[in-house]
This record gives sequence, C-alpha cells and structure tokens, in this order.
Amino acid sequence: MTEFLQQLINGLALGAIYALIALGYTMVYGVLRFINFAHSDVFMVGAFSGYYLGRIIPQGSIPGGIVVLVGAMAICAVLGVVIEKLAYRPLRGRSTLTVLITAIGVSLLLQNLGQRIFGANPKSFPALFPTHYFQLGGVTVSTAQITVFVVTVLLLFGLRYIVLHTRTGMAMRAVSFSPTAAQLVGVNIDRVISFTFALGSSLAAAGGILYASNYPSIDPLMGTLPGLKAFVAAVLGGIGNIAGAAFGGVVLGLVETGVVALGGSTYRDAVAFAVLILILLFRPTGLLGKRQAEKV
Amino acid sequence: MTQPRMLLAGLVASLALLAGCGQSGGDGGAAGDTIRIGEFASLTGKEAAFGQSSHKGTVLAIEEINAAGGVLGKRIDLISEDNRSTPGESATIAKKLVSRDKVVAMLGEVASGRSLEAAPIAQSNGVPMISPSSTNPKVTETGDYIFRVCFTDPFQGRLLAEFGKRTLMAKKVAIFSDVSAPYSVGLAQYFREPWLEGGGQIVSEQKYTGGDKDFRAQLTAIKSTAPDAILVPGYYTDVGLIVAQARQLGITVPLFGGDGWEAPELLQIAGAQALQGTYYSTHFSPDNTDPLAQKFVAAFRAKYGETPDAMAALGYDSALVLADAIKRAGSTEGAKIRDALAATKDFAGATGVTTLDANRDASKGAVIITVKDGKFQYVETITP
Amino acid sequence: MGAPRIAQSQLLLLGSLAVIAVVAAFADGYNPYFLDIALSCGINVILAVSLNLINGFTGQFSLGHAGFMAIGAYSAAMLTTAGGPTLLPLAGGIPGVLFLFALLLGGVCAALVGLIVGVPSLRLKGDYLAIVTLGFGEIIRVVLQNIDAVGGSRGLIGIPGYTNLFWAFGFAAVAVYVVWALVNSTYGRGFLAVADDEIAAEAMGINTTRYKITAFLVGAFFAGVAGGIYAHFKQYIAPQGFGFDRSIEIVVMVILGGMGNTAGVILAAILLTILGESLRQFGEFRMILYSLAIIVLMIVRPQGLFDPRMFAWMARRRRTGP
Repeated sequence: MTEFLQQLINGLALGAIYALIALGYTMVYGVLRFINFAHSDVFMVGAFSGYYLGRIIPQGSIPGGIVVLVGAMAICAVLGVVIEKLAYRPLRGRSTLTVLITAIGVSLLLQNLGQRIFGANPKSFPALFPTHYFQLGGVTVSTAQITVFVVTVLLLFGLRYIVLHTRTGMAMRAVSFSPTAAQLVGVNIDRVISFTFALGSSLAAAGGILYASNYPSIDPLMGTLPGLKAFVAAVLGGIGNIAGAAFGGVVLGLVETGVVALGGSTYRDAVAFAVLILILLFRPTGLLGKRQAEKV
Repeated sequence: MTQPRMLLAGLVASLALLAGCGQSGGDGGAAGDTIRIGEFASLTGKEAAFGQSSHKGTVLAIEEINAAGGVLGKRIDLISEDNRSTPGESATIAKKLVSRDKVVAMLGEVASGRSLEAAPIAQSNGVPMISPSSTNPKVTETGDYIFRVCFTDPFQGRLLAEFGKRTLMAKKVAIFSDVSAPYSVGLAQYFREPWLEGGGQIVSEQKYTGGDKDFRAQLTAIKSTAPDAILVPGYYTDVGLIVAQARQLGITVPLFGGDGWEAPELLQIAGAQALQGTYYSTHFSPDNTDPLAQKFVAAFRAKYGETPDAMAALGYDSALVLADAIKRAGSTEGAKIRDALAATKDFAGATGVTTLDANRDASKGAVIITVKDGKFQYVETITP
Repeated sequence: MGAPRIAQSQLLLLGSLAVIAVVAAFADGYNPYFLDIALSCGINVILAVSLNLINGFTGQFSLGHAGFMAIGAYSAAMLTTAGGPTLLPLAGGIPGVLFLFALLLGGVCAALVGLIVGVPSLRLKGDYLAIVTLGFGEIIRVVLQNIDAVGGSRGLIGIPGYTNLFWAFGFAAVAVYVVWALVNSTYGRGFLAVADDEIAAEAMGINTTRYKITAFLVGAFFAGVAGGIYAHFKQYIAPQGFGFDRSIEIVVMVILGGMGNTAGVILAAILLTILGESLRQFGEFRMILYSLAIIVLMIVRPQGLFDPRMFAWMARRRRTGP
C-alpha cells in the first residue's frame, strides 16, 4: 500500500511539471495554431538560468529561491519574445509545415548552442529552496515535490486570472478565436502574440526550475523528452484549453509512473506517444475539449 | 537563367569544400615534419560529455608531447573529427582519416559500438587504432591492429563480482542497468556469470533508459526484494540521481558500479551524504597520489579549469601510449607501430601502469573507490 | 499523352541501370572515402525521394521516416546474419541474390509498418500528424532498443558488406522511377489533389484514404530498402541511429529540394550529403550552422532551393531543340 501511495505522489509531482510546460504549449497553440517545438529548449534555458542565478544567490532559502525563479522566468520571457520576433513573425501566414520546420530548427539551434556554451557535461542543480524530506508512514515526500504542487497551483490560478479577468487575456482569447476578427476590433496582434510567448516561456522556465529542483542534474539536451511529453499532455487534455493542459499533465504523469511501477520502465517514453496516438484516434479534441466540426 | 547557375554553383562549392578540407592529406602521414594522428569522438550529440572529456585529455597529451619536441623529431598533427554520437559516422570518419588524411594511427572511441564500426576499416587498412575506453571485448577481437588502454567488461565484471562477495559480503544483489547504453548492458552481463558461479543470488533486475530522471519506481521495486547490495553498472550522468533517490527512499545498503561512475560531477549531483557507502571500480582517481596522475590532474586543471574524469585520463594515456610506441618503433609504418604497441609493457601514465596483453587489451589493475566524508577515497586495488 | 512518355522513361531507367553497373564495376579503384560519400548519397536519395512522395506529393507531414528505415535495416540484416548460412546455398551461393531478397523483405516489413502508421493519418492533419509520426518513429526505436535478440542498444554487428554502388544507385534509380511514374500517371493526379485540398478532393469523389495509404506504403517500402542497403554498408546498426535526428535530416532534404519536386529533392539529397562531409572540418559548429541554415531557409525560401520551372525549362529546350 505504501508503495502505491509513494508512486502516486511521484506521479502527481511529475504530472504537475508536465502541466506547467503543457500550459505554454497550449497557450501558443491556442493563439497561433502551431506547435512551438522550441518550447522544450526554453525549458532547458530556464533550468540553466536557475543554475547560474543560483550561484550568485544564497541557497536553501525561500526568498532566495523565489528570486531565482522569477529571474529565470523573466530571462525566458525575453528569450521567447526574441525567438518569436526573429524566427516566427516573418512566417506569419505561411503554411504550418514551414513554421513547424522552423521551430525544429530553433530547437536544434538552442540545443547545440547550449552544448557549446554550457558544455555537454551534466551539471548539478543547486538546492534553491530548503530541502527536507517528510516521512509520512512509509511514504517520503520532499520539499521539492511540495514546491512543485504549490508553485503549479499558484501559476495556474495566476494564468487563469490573466486570461479571464484582464484586457490582455481577453485580447488573447479574441485572437485565438479569430485573428482577423480580433484585428478588426482593434486588437494589436503583434503585441498579443509577443505577450503570449512571453507568458508561455516564463511558465516553461518555471517548469525547468521545478524539474531541476526535483532531479538536480541538468544538461543541454534535457528538454526534448519532457517537452514532447508535455505536448502529449496538452493534447490529452484538449489543446488550447488551460484546464485541459493541467489535467492532461497530471494524467500523463500518473500513467507514466504507473507504467514504470508495473515494470515497463524502459518503455516509459514510448507510452507517452502511445497515449498520444490513442487520444488522437479516439478523441482528438482531448479529454476536456469540445467537439469541433470543421468548416469548409 | 540564374537557377541552373545557382544549382551548379552550389554543387561546385561543396565539392570544392570537400576537396579543400582534404588537402591536408597530401602524400602520407609522415610527410614533411609532422606525424598525422587521427581522432574520432562524440563531441556533440547525446554522449558529448564523454567525447569531449576524452578529447580534452588527448589534446592535452599531444600538446605536452609536441612541447617536449614531438616524436622522432617531428610534431604530431592531431586530426579530430566529431561523430555526433551517431552510429554510421565513425565508419565514414575512419575511411576519411585513412584514405584522405593518411593518418599513421587513430585514437577512438569511448563507446564500444562506435569503436566496432571503425575498427574493421582500420584493421583492413593496416592502420593501428587505440581505443581509450571501449570495454566490449569484441573491439580488440576485430584484428591485430586494434588496441585499447583500458580494461574490458569481462575483467571488470569479474572484479565487481569478487568485490561484492569478498568485501561487501553480499549474498543477494539487485542489478539496475541502463538499457540504452551498450556499456551498461555488457557490464551487467559479465557480472552476472561470475556472480552466480560464486554462489551469489540475483534478487531483482531492473532497467532504466539513460537520460531518465526519475528512478523511484524501479528503486521502490528493488527495495521490496531486500538485496544486500545493488549493482548499478551505468554512467555517472544517471548514477548521481539514482544514488540520491535511493537514499531518499530509505535504501541503506551499498550501491556499487564500474568506471562509468568516475567523474567529479558525481559528488555534486548525488551529494556526499548519499554517496556514503557506495563503491565503484575505475582506472584512475583524481586523488590518486601517484605523481604522474597528480601531474596530469594539475595540467588538466590549468588548461581547462576543471577536474578531469576517467575518460579524460584514458584519452590522455591513449595518446601517450601511441607516441611511445611510435618512438620505440622508430618509424611511422603501420606494421612497425603495431608491433611496438603489442610490446607495450609497464608504460606509466595517468591511469597507472599499462601493459598490453596478447589480446591487445590493457592488463592493469583497477582501483575501488568509495566516498567518505564528502571526498573520494581509495579502498583497494585489484589486479588481474 | 500518357503511354509514349512512360515508355521513354522506362528506357531511361534501364539505361541508367546499365551506366551504374559499369561505374560500379570499377569500384575498387576509387578512393574509399569518396566511395563512402557516394554510397551515402545514393541511400539518401532513396530516403528523400520516398519521403517526398508522402510529404511533398501527398501533403502528409511525416516526421518518422527513420523508423521505416530502421525496420528495413533490421529485417534485412537479421536475414543475412541469422539466416545467411542456411539461405546462401539456397540462393546458389550468390550473395547478390540473397541480398536482393533481404532488401525486398526489409522493404515489405517497412511497408507493413507504413500501413500501421498510415491508418491514424487518415484523420489527422498538419501538426498533429507530424507529432504522431514522430511518435511512431520513437516507439519503433524504443522497441528495438528493448529487444535483446537484435542486440538491443548494443546494436547488430557483423553484417556482411553486400552494398556497393550498383545496389545503392540502382535502387535510387528504381525509387525515382516508381515515384515519378506513380505521380505523373493520371491516377497519380490524385496525390496532388489530396495535398492541395483534401475536402475538395473527397467532394470530387477521390478516395483520399486510398491515396494516403498508398503514399505511406510506397514511401515506407523504399525507406525500408534504403535501410537494408545502409545496414550492409556500415555493417553495424543500432537503434540510436534511427531516431528523430535522422528523420529530420531527411525532412530537410525534401524541404530544401522543394516538396513535390523530384529532381530538386534528388539534388538536395546529394548536396546535403556532400555538404555534411565538407562541413566536417568545422567540427562542433556543424550542427549550429545546420540548424541556422534550416531557419534561414524557411524564412527566405521555403519552397526549396530549386525551382521546378527550371527543370521544365530544360525539358522544353529538349523538345523544341534542333
């Protein structure tokens, strides 16, 4: 029983991180209708930002940890805006294929630059927040895992507030509904898109820091798999749907941990893709999505 | 009208680049006043950490050799190529080094798979090849021109089985190996046999994929089988997290492994406390008091600003052994270098004393290292 | 209009095969490094042309082509290594016959998997299809890594080196011919219709399902053949070599050549293979340059470097010549 509970905690913690990354994917997809492949590498840059910032700021304190977290989120927000401006904006209106290939190009670029600049050796991520392990019965919960839950929930509510209760959020929803109509009523598309990227990228950075806090070994290629799995989570929950991304993340985290617990650990990555294929086959709009008829 | 020209220009340009990059080949690796040695390593891609390490060690060695006057009065020209951790590249690189750059010998690779790719080409062209750290026995079985300066998986496997039985006094062992790394699969395989023969039991065999971050599920499963020790024949990149998570889950028994553990980052990632009571076998230790090892560590730190790991030390030694063989052969002819290499005996380098045996494998002792009070500590040496 | 053009191209095919056979006969005299590059070119041409059928002509965005290559490579290699001793005498002791059979087997196995991948594609478009095919490619790689019988992550060694210029370029010529003939037939117009606008095509009575499946089947078949040729070229295969990176390499060739532009894609495949070797001297910057090139290419010239009109121009010249 304790084993089951332990795996449950593990799965939820993993799922929360996927949820954070998935939010970024889903937001960008909602507004621009394309998968930002480079998102997983912004996640990586976030982790490395945390690493370098963590060396200046004293470790093991909550205020210190928050400063690093916010710092990394800010750095990646800027990175996201820059990428959008240089690589994606020139392609506005072109076929999705073109943009997808460009996104893959940006992703490869970030990975290889990372290997060149940061070096390929994995680095040990500093303990930003105070570390402690709580033993409840036979189950171990770490402060890192608790931090994940707390931060994810906070960010989720923050995001929801922005999208539902601010003008920019309303503009974002308008653009995701219909870019042309939004422009007709005076929405500045460029600014909305930049803002979406900034927001999504900062969430990826937060995901990176939390991921690295739980698994304190970072390297320039660390983003690929979590990124792809987070995308699967976004699709699972219904792409373009914020609650869906969170839900999908948790479900995927639990499924993946479940598979590993049952002995299929070497297939854990393949499982994520299998989930994706099944969802797209049987319920393409996602578990929380609405059925949409395609207008011709 | 411009399109055909553009196309033609493109083709011509790349062909020219291709021809140009091979100009350094010229007419023979020892023409003029340089001796050309080839190196292939995974400088980018998934295993860049190991390739870059090995490469740094090799480059340091060549620099030192050249600063001391070179070999046979000539400078060594090191031609390094990146195989991007991708299968298929090393074979092409080997062909390039042999037929285009006309190297007299080549150094490579860390990964046995990539060594196995290039070895047949080196062998059939009579170009000696030294692998710094490939441990699969099949590498040197390819032919008499293929050597290595590290010990093999069968040796290390047997050693670990001995260590587990004798020093750790374990009867039941769990094996946690990396399914994506040939090194890990191989070492586990060569541990299993001697272990079982020695009367030991294997109570659990779990697997992970290199690059995974979360091992708690498998570790929980291992814990429930109550082993006396856990063998983790993987790379430090994953072992650090594995050991840390094992301790977090309340696993107190010793964990042990092979030379893949060897790296300063291991201490940082896992933390000194978690590593207490863990052991690994290796060729080399940065805290080894041997003067040559210390000299190497100091020189490496001075040049790169970081502490070397086992791959770096082996990359360093592979170059030194080669240079020494060329000197003894008194010539850059492939066959003569090969004979000199085969006769390598008691060569002192950063990883200890290297003697190449009849199988062209390094017959050298391994050291067992543990971590005590936050520092790596030497436990014992095991000689074959 | 259809019949005489087909006969002409069949002659062209046989002619090229003959030329290739002659060139291949003197292979021993060529510099092994250049021979290596040439063989890589041939294999990449097959991969690029087969992917072009799926991506370019039929507009189905596939990012898992390396998976088909892997299936073909492993099937063919298992046949020649495990089955070699028993089967070779049956083939009259001629390696070529065994090799041909192994390649065809590889192609068929890959085609079967292509069928499995093609089925989900019926419903998906654009980005989703891309990710699903990527997923399939990764699943294939992970499964192979877990099968000890084929060596797992240690890979398969000791594959006989049957590949030579004749096989690589011969099959390249065949692949080009098949794809070209398929698309340029009246039946083949359907592929382009599916790529243009699927709903309109359905409305016109075109069985889009059949075209999409055909594209995946034929594309996967040749990718499998390419995989078999690759396996007997490098004589060592491992699952790590057939991952997402490899699939992207092939996709870039198709994009560079211009989707749906067979001649352009062939040239792009050759150009990129040679360029890959030429850039070797830049070592670690190679991948950085490569990814920058992809981005710049997509922004500046997404339709590919080679203008299909250029080749039409050449054809026109031929026909109205003296």
